[in-house]
Amino acid sequence: MDLSFSAEHDAFRAEVRAFLKTNLPPHLRAKADVDAHFEMPEIMEWHRILYKKGWVAPHWPNEHGGPGWDAARRFILTEELELAGTPGLSPFGLIMVGPLIMQFGTDAQKARFLPKILSGEEVWCQGYSEPNAGSDLASLKLRADDDGKGNFVLNGQKTWTTYAQYADWIFVLARTDSSGPKHKGISFLLVPMKTKGLVVKPFLSIGNTLAFSETFFEDVLVPRENLVGPLHGGWSLAKALLGHERTFIASVGASTRLLARVKRIAAETRTPAGVLFDDPIVRAKIAAMEIKLEGLRMANYRAIAGAQLGHAPGPESSLLKIRGSEILQQLFELAMSIMGHDSLSWFNGASSVPPIEEWVPSQWAYYRASTIYGGSNEIQRNVIAKMILNLPGA
Amino acid sequence: MNFELSTDQKLLVETVRAFVQKESPPGRLRSLRSDALGFSRDLWRKMGELGWLALPFPERFGGLEQSFVEVSLVLEQLGAGLVPEPYLGAIVFAGGLLAEAGTDAQREQWLAPLATGESLLAVAHAERGSRFEPSSVATTATATGDGYVLRGEKHFVLWGNAADAFIVSARTAGATHEARGVSLFLVPKAAAGLRVDALATTDGHRAARLTFDGAHVARDAVVGSVDDGVRPLSLAIDRATAGASAEAVGVMREALNLTVAYLGTREQFGVKIGTFQALQHRAVDMFIETELARSMAMLAALRAESKDDEERVRAVSAAKAHVAASGRFVTAQAIQLHGGIGISDEHDIGLYFKRMHALATLFGDEEHHLARFAARKAFATLET
Repeated sequence: MDLSFSAEHDAFRAEVRAFLKTNLPPHLRAKADVDAHFEMPEIMEWHRILYKKGWVAPHWPNEHGGPGWDAARRFILTEELELAGTPGLSPFGLIMVGPLIMQFGTDAQKARFLPKILSGEEVWCQGYSEPNAGSDLASLKLRADDDGKGNFVLNGQKTWTTYAQYADWIFVLARTDSSGPKHKGISFLLVPMKTKGLVVKPFLSIGNTLAFSETFFEDVLVPRENLVGPLHGGWSLAKALLGHERTFIASVGASTRLLARVKRIAAETRTPAGVLFDDPIVRAKIAAMEIKLEGLRMANYRAIAGAQLGHAPGPESSLLKIRGSEILQQLFELAMSIMGHDSLSWFNGASSVPPIEEWVPSQWAYYRASTIYGGSNEIQRNVIAKMILNLPGA
Repeated sequence: MNFELSTDQKLLVETVRAFVQKESPPGRLRSLRSDALGFSRDLWRKMGELGWLALPFPERFGGLEQSFVEVSLVLEQLGAGLVPEPYLGAIVFAGGLLAEAGTDAQREQWLAPLATGESLLAVAHAERGSRFEPSSVATTATATGDGYVLRGEKHFVLWGNAADAFIVSARTAGATHEARGVSLFLVPKAAAGLRVDALATTDGHRAARLTFDGAHVARDAVVGSVDDGVRPLSLAIDRATAGASAEAVGVMREALNLTVAYLGTREQFGVKIGTFQALQHRAVDMFIETELARSMAMLAALRAESKDDEERVRAVSAAKAHVAASGRFVTAQAIQLHGGIGISDEHDIGLYFKRMHALATLFGDEEHHLARFAARKAFATLET
């Protein structure tokens, strides 16, 4: 057993750090410094910078314009980007629909869509969830009827369409057949956002950001060539995509950064008895979180080392997702508790709290989403139960 | 990075696992409660013949000089089978301390018979009120013309009922909590003025209380340097802590296995209770805690012998705090999911619960290691 990365990987980490030092634009760095919420134009600006460097799609294979890296290199890049607080790239093109098109798309689809996902020229959003089909995705109702002229006609609604207001394309799961079992009549379609009858209504999240939207479809015409995979065969694509989505979302880098912020807040909070970071109870709570995070980091290392050796992914991606999202939330809760009255500050223009604390309440609220998105933690627990526990019914 | 076991390590795991299944099913611990010794000398010698007791010791004293990873692989298997034989206390802790700090004469005399299972050593460091601090020593060793005279009491000396000699911490200088002024002595059980009272522990093991009433030891009984015993003692405690973490992972893993098997057989409301999602998710959380604890125990095993204090203490204390919390959760949930039968002494799951408590407590509980972790330089760093 050996804990160290190879010399080549260490050198790569140093290269990433040097790159970040000179290439994160000052206005993005200023937001990163306080871990502010990034808007889509800022995210895409950063996307294009990474694209130019060739680092935008670490997990894409060479033949589609990726660098063809091993798991350790991919992990290092992600970790360093998170540690630096850079805008998190939009996953919908790079992680979700891109790899799916590679796997199931026609040559024409690959040539048409992949280069523009990579360059950031076209922005994607995801149309999976519906008001009554979240975790029970197969019960979705958005209809796609054949008009007999080579088109589908879409009618219905999607929700939780993250950043739909900025997107050029949406990929949707739609019902093309209602006669058989629920999951056997679903197809996977690519829809341009600027299509007649498609309306996006952003709504405010509890974190006070306009990240989510409802998306309405009224007689939206989609050409048949925009179908990916077999007609009525979208369910297997959906499942494959959920697998991509779950890969390595432990957020170790983001939580490490947040933990340091928690400590700095505690160190800068004066009390009649000194500073909060010296309070044994506060210190023990922070230490317990640091140790939990250390456990997650080690589990993540084990998963990466396994991937390096080509082991098929097992339950560890669900484990990392569950624990990673829980830790992120617990760290925000700890930050709020350490902030005391300051945690009541909600986008106070007069800036009554220090900049280091300013964004915490908003992010604390927003990150309640982390245990829900990417397949809720309850669904992830079902996945693990099925994989390893050999329980009846699991 | 590589967390794969080598071919030799896999073989070691398989042989220990097979041995444990054949020779020491978990319920054996129950029947040993009425046995004065509390374990089997024959089984212990067999383990010696297989070479497991020699793993950590230097070759020139009859050892195999293996890394701590090998030692922790053995401990995990012993934990899974609740094997009471004193591997952690005698080999890892006492043997490790003597191998580290003893004179050549002491090592020559004790390590080889320890490694064959012929004789047993124990460390006597804890006292009433010392909590988990190795420097908290009130027992005194007063220098005389030709040696030292010991007075005081030592508690919870692991397998002290069976030990042939003790490595005892006693104060040769300084006040009760000072790090300097503590010395270590090798004291045979037959020493005049030493009384050994055996006691049963919560987990079905044995320990002893030692009372030193003017026990006399010769000058060459000193282990390491006079006044400077806390350093080697702390290093030995760190290795034992890493060892307890590895053993605890075995306990957790098997508690989970038993629970999953039970969920798949027990029927209520006309179905197997494993079909209930509420119980599945509880079992998944046990799995998650076990895997994370295993990750941390690996980290501790890789760092247990590091001479870099910062690196070693950070890893060992983080692992122990994590394992203690995870282990208590896993074994308590195991009882809950077994329902009423989990409370019965007939069922093995309660044995796992109690062994886990011992492993969570020995060499420092969760709070102790949290505080120790939080006191390190690396913790106070405010940057990422």
